[in-house]
Amino acid sequence: MAKVLMKGNEAIGAAAIEAGCKYFFGYPITPQSELPEFMARELPKAGGVFLQAESEIAAINMVYGAAGSGARVMTSSSSPGISLKQEGISYIAGAELPCLIVNIMRGGPGLGSIQPSQTDYFQATRGGGNGDYRLVVLAPSNVQELVDLIIEGFDIADQYRNPVMILGDGMIGQMMEPVEFKKPKTRELPPKDWATNGTKGERKPNIINSLYLSPEELEAHNIRLQAKYQKIRENEVKVESYNIEDADVVIAAYGTTSRIAKTAIAQLEKEGYKVGLIRPISLWPYPYDEFNKISDKCKGILTVEMNSGQMVDDVKIAVNGRFPVYFHGRLGGMVPTPNEIIEKVKKIYGGEI
Amino acid sequence: MSVVFQKTRGLTDVPTHYCPGCTHGIVHRLVGEVLEELGVLDNAIGVAPVGCSVLAYKYFNCDMHEAAHGRAPAVATGIKRVHPDNFVFTYQGDGDLASIGTAEIVHAALRGEKISTIFINNAIYGMTGGQMAPTTLVGQKATTAPYGRDPNHAGKPIRMSEMLSTIDGAKFVERVTVTTPAHVRKAKKAIKECFQVQLDGKGFGIVEVLSTCPTNWGYTPEEALRWLEENMIPYYPLGNFKRPEEVE
Repeated sequence: MAKVLMKGNEAIGAAAIEAGCKYFFGYPITPQSELPEFMARELPKAGGVFLQAESEIAAINMVYGAAGSGARVMTSSSSPGISLKQEGISYIAGAELPCLIVNIMRGGPGLGSIQPSQTDYFQATRGGGNGDYRLVVLAPSNVQELVDLIIEGFDIADQYRNPVMILGDGMIGQMMEPVEFKKPKTRELPPKDWATNGTKGERKPNIINSLYLSPEELEAHNIRLQAKYQKIRENEVKVESYNIEDADVVIAAYGTTSRIAKTAIAQLEKEGYKVGLIRPISLWPYPYDEFNKISDKCKGILTVEMNSGQMVDDVKIAVNGRFPVYFHGRLGGMVPTPNEIIEKVKKIYGGEI
Repeated sequence: MSVVFQKTRGLTDVPTHYCPGCTHGIVHRLVGEVLEELGVLDNAIGVAPVGCSVLAYKYFNCDMHEAAHGRAPAVATGIKRVHPDNFVFTYQGDGDLASIGTAEIVHAALRGEKISTIFINNAIYGMTGGQMAPTTLVGQKATTAPYGRDPNHAGKPIRMSEMLSTIDGAKFVERVTVTTPAHVRKAKKAIKECFQVQLDGKGFGIVEVLSTCPTNWGYTPEEALRWLEENMIPYYPLGNFKRPEEVE
């Protein structure tokens, strides 16, 4: 299939339809509204249903119902709307339902702004809803990768019966790039024999549920969930790294900021600096082991984000005291520039910080 | 020997957890019987609420979802949109449907979702221990209204059936009770007609059932029935508020 030029938000919709997603439940919010608009236009043509819910809360609960009924289903929103969905996300994780949730992040807290941001890293990777659960969190850095991760994300969700979150920012949702739709790697997907579609008098009722009143049963359920999360940690880490065996400074960045970091690294290389990059694509499971490959001569890790340094926690866990960890970020919807990053790297090189 | 009476296949063989004198059991049974009699039990998908009937997913003998508090109509919407040919119902209490889930029930009705709702109104939060509900009567005591509901402070109780009947997409709305055998028969008739509205593809239907909560009201089962009739029915009049014209 030839490449086509698509805006990020619309490419998400096209990729979802390509992946066989038939149901979309959402609520308008900037900067992702092109996605529900695209789905309202295109999903019915693909034999699916787009429904604009009365709220993000209702939308995620419609996803719960549809996912529990065995459908490929998704929702999307942006930061404040994703906060509203947390209740449903927790129930979906607890009931082990597969679905795709897209968060095109904007500045916060509260109503914040509509400018691109990465301030929901904690919310996405640490929970957000109640309980000991995990989302698979994937952070694309360009529109092609966004498309690839949407398509694979549905398969990951089905394989593990777990919600998958695509964590983008307003920049990636709004930018246009050429994309092609490729088949993901083949996975063995379990049959959805747990889904509700009526017993037909042929089997016992299927029950979609996250309630376990007996603590022994709830503990057993949680132990099972944790075992599943461990399997995901073993199988689903995604990371891109560049020159980390020979770097004097390694930048850690994901999504849009990783692209800015790459521009900075190219400039620094021209000036003779050896700078590497670790770009986590899966934010959960986090590519902790990748940091073990960094050469001992490295002077430090510079984390670059569009927030106050939320990924720094994971970088510190990953390096476990081997290297000092520095941070550069912009807040409130401001985007870091390559020059800011270059200056910071030079300071680390010069021992100035 | 011929069998002249038996338990409905619409309910499982699990003993329910309901308190003595609570009318949930009667309503469960009516729903189970109607599902069986309409021949939709094997095709049904139910949604249980949060509240006293949170465990309803164990009692109805069909596919079930357990929803978050108040969200049953949204969950049912997701189910029905995926399986338009299945029979989909929600079973909700007054805290669930008339307080935290008001938006979900109103908009399910607004969209004319082809689902059916059983709404248990017992004027109190039962599961959490007798707190004030949006349906608690003026002057009625609750653990969070220890001096009785004060309308100047908490407003007057909400009449959901009357409100929902103003919405176009709601095609069947009726309020019933189950305090006497005659009322039980009427309630079953209403539930059957309500479910038929979904089967005929006409739109949203709801049956509000005025119910007792002897435990949290502080009455014996018999006193509770009398209290309901003397206090709830005058404020929440029984009767049909809406039915599709063709059915009349």
